[in-house]
Amino acid sequence: MSTEPARSVLSAADRRRPTVRWTLRVAQAGLLLAVAIAGAGPILWVAKGAISPTLELLQEPLRLWPTEPEWENLLLAWRELRVGRYLLNTVVLVGGSWFVQLLVATTGAFALSVLRPRYGRLVYAAVLATLFIPGTTSLVALYLTILDLPITGGSIANTPWAVWLPAGAQAFNVLIMKQFFDALPRELYEAAMVDGAGTWRLFWLIVMPMSGPIVAVVSLLAVMGAWKEFLWPMVAISDTEQQPLAVALPRLAESAEQNQVIAGMLIATIPPLVIFFVFQRHIVRGIGFTGLKG
Amino acid sequence: MTEVQQRYTPTRAADTATPSADRPRPARRRSRRRLGLGGLVTLLPLLLVFGYFGWWPIGQSVVLSVQQTNLVDPPAWVGVDNFRYLFTDPLLWTTLRNTAWFVVLALLFGFPVPVVLALFGSELQRLGGVFRVLVYLPVLVPPVVALLLWKWFYDPDFGLFNQVLGVAGLDPRPWLQSTATAMPSLVLATTWAHAGSTVLIYLAALAGVPSELYEAAEIDGASIWRRLWHVTMPHLRGVLLIMLLLQIIGTFQIFTEPFILTDGGPEDSTVTVLLLIYRYAFLNGDYGTAAALSVLLAVVLATLSAVYLRLTRKWSTT
Repeated sequence: MSTEPARSVLSAADRRRPTVRWTLRVAQAGLLLAVAIAGAGPILWVAKGAISPTLELLQEPLRLWPTEPEWENLLLAWRELRVGRYLLNTVVLVGGSWFVQLLVATTGAFALSVLRPRYGRLVYAAVLATLFIPGTTSLVALYLTILDLPITGGSIANTPWAVWLPAGAQAFNVLIMKQFFDALPRELYEAAMVDGAGTWRLFWLIVMPMSGPIVAVVSLLAVMGAWKEFLWPMVAISDTEQQPLAVALPRLAESAEQNQVIAGMLIATIPPLVIFFVFQRHIVRGIGFTGLKG
Repeated sequence: MTEVQQRYTPTRAADTATPSADRPRPARRRSRRRLGLGGLVTLLPLLLVFGYFGWWPIGQSVVLSVQQTNLVDPPAWVGVDNFRYLFTDPLLWTTLRNTAWFVVLALLFGFPVPVVLALFGSELQRLGGVFRVLVYLPVLVPPVVALLLWKWFYDPDFGLFNQVLGVAGLDPRPWLQSTATAMPSLVLATTWAHAGSTVLIYLAALAGVPSELYEAAEIDGASIWRRLWHVTMPHLRGVLLIMLLLQIIGTFQIFTEPFILTDGGPEDSTVTVLLLIYRYAFLNGDYGTAAALSVLLAVVLATLSAVYLRLTRKWSTT
C-alpha cells in the first residue's frame, strides 16, 4: 500500500535542521533495531531452536547459532511427533473453513444484494445482529449444538464438519461482500436478465468474474483466521488423531523432546509467513479496508 | 464510487437509511420480488449455516442459562439458580478483578506502544516498508506458537528473559510464577502479538492527515511538538478511541494466553472470563452456569459493540 503521505509532522525544512536530523536518525535507528529484534527475533529464535540440542537451548538461550546444527530434528519432529499428520489436519480444516466461508459469503451476499428477496432485509439484519455477539459467547451452546444438531439430529463433533460449518457463520464476510456487490453497476444484472440469464448464470458469469478483489480479501481473512484458531478446534475435535497442529502443540510440549516441539512450532509458522509474503499487498489492503485486528 | 452508483441505480435507495421520496416506486417493488428456485438455493447456505451455527446457539445460550443439563437426562428448568450460583462463586469476582487489571495494564503499556511505533514509523521515509513488515511479523505467528515460545522465554530458570537480565546484572524474576508479575507478563505477550495490526491501522490514519494542516501550522510557527499535539493527535482521536474499545472487547474474550501460559494461575490471578466459562463447561460439566456467564458476557459485549458502531459511524473518516 502507498500510505506514504505527501508529508508528515516533519517538513523537509525540519529534516535539514541538524538537531532534528540527528535526534531523528538516532531515534529511528534505535526504533528499527528494537522492532527488528522484537518482530523478527522470536521467529529466528524458533528457527534456531528447531535445529539446536535441547540442553543447549536451556543453558544458553541467547546463543545465536547452535554449536552443531541438528537438521535431522525437523525430520524427527515430522515423523516421531507426527507434526506432518497434524499439519495435514490443519490444512484440511483451514481449506474447508475457507471454502464454507466463501460459499456462504458469495451466495448469501449475491442473494441479498442482487436478487433482493422479499425477506432479504430481515435476513440481512439478522446476519448483522450476530456481529454484536462475538462467537466466543456461544461457545458452550455451539458445543452442545454440534453434539446434537437441532431438527435433523445427529452429532458432527470430532469430524472436520464441526470446524468447517461454524466457520461459515461470519457476518463480517457477508457484510463486506454485500457492500462490494451493492457497488457493482445494477444495469449489468438487469441487462443480463433481459437477455435471459438465469440466477446461476448471473452469479457465475456476471457477478463472480467482477469480484476478484473482494474474494481475495475474504479468502485471506478466512485462511489467516482459520490458521490461528485454537479454542474451538480444541473443543470440537477431542480425538487427538484429528487435531490441528495448533491444538496438538501444547499437548506435545508437555511431554515430548523440547527441540522437536520447537521444530513443530517452526513448521506451524512457515505457511502463514509464506502466504503473507506472497499476498502482502492484499493483506495490508485488507487491514486498511476492514479496520479489524488480525 | 458508491455515490455514483447511488445516483444511477434507483433501487440502491431501498438499501439506504433514508430512501428518497421522489424516487419512482416501481423500481422498489420490482426489487422485492419473490425468489425463484435458483434464488432460494443461493440463499440456502447462508440460512443453514447461520441458522444452525449462528442464531441457534445464541438463542440456545439463553435457554441453557436457565436449565440444568448433563447431556444424558432431559434438561431441567432451574430458573435463575445458575445465575445465583454464579454470583456466589468467589472465582467470578476474582475473574472480574483480573479482567479490570488486564484492561488497566493494557491501557498503560499495550495502548501507547502502537501509537509511538506508528508516529515514528510514519517519519521513516525509505525504510517505511521494512518497518511495516517487521512490525507485522508477530501478528503472523500462530498464537499458540507465540505463546509456547513466550512460556519458554519466561521460564525462571532457563528462560531467555532472565538470561538477559543476568547479562544486564539484574536479579532474575519469577515472571509467570508470581501473582504480582503473572498478569503483566501476560499483557506483555498479548501486546507483542497484537501491536502490529494496530500500528498499520494508525499508520493509515496518520497518512490521512491533510498536509495543508501541517504546512499552515508550520507557517504559523508551531514547533514539531505543537504540531504533533494540535494537528496529529486530534486527527487520531477517533481511531484511538475505536482501538481502545476494540481492545476492551478483546480483553473480555482472552482465552488462549492464560490457557497456555498460566492456566489461570498462580492462585487464580490470571483467570479470565472465557477461561472461567471453559472451566465451568468442560472441566466441571456445569453447562448451565457456563451458559449463564456466557449470557452476561454477551450482554456486556453487545453493549460495547453498539457503542463501537456508534463511534465508527461518527468517525467514518477513519
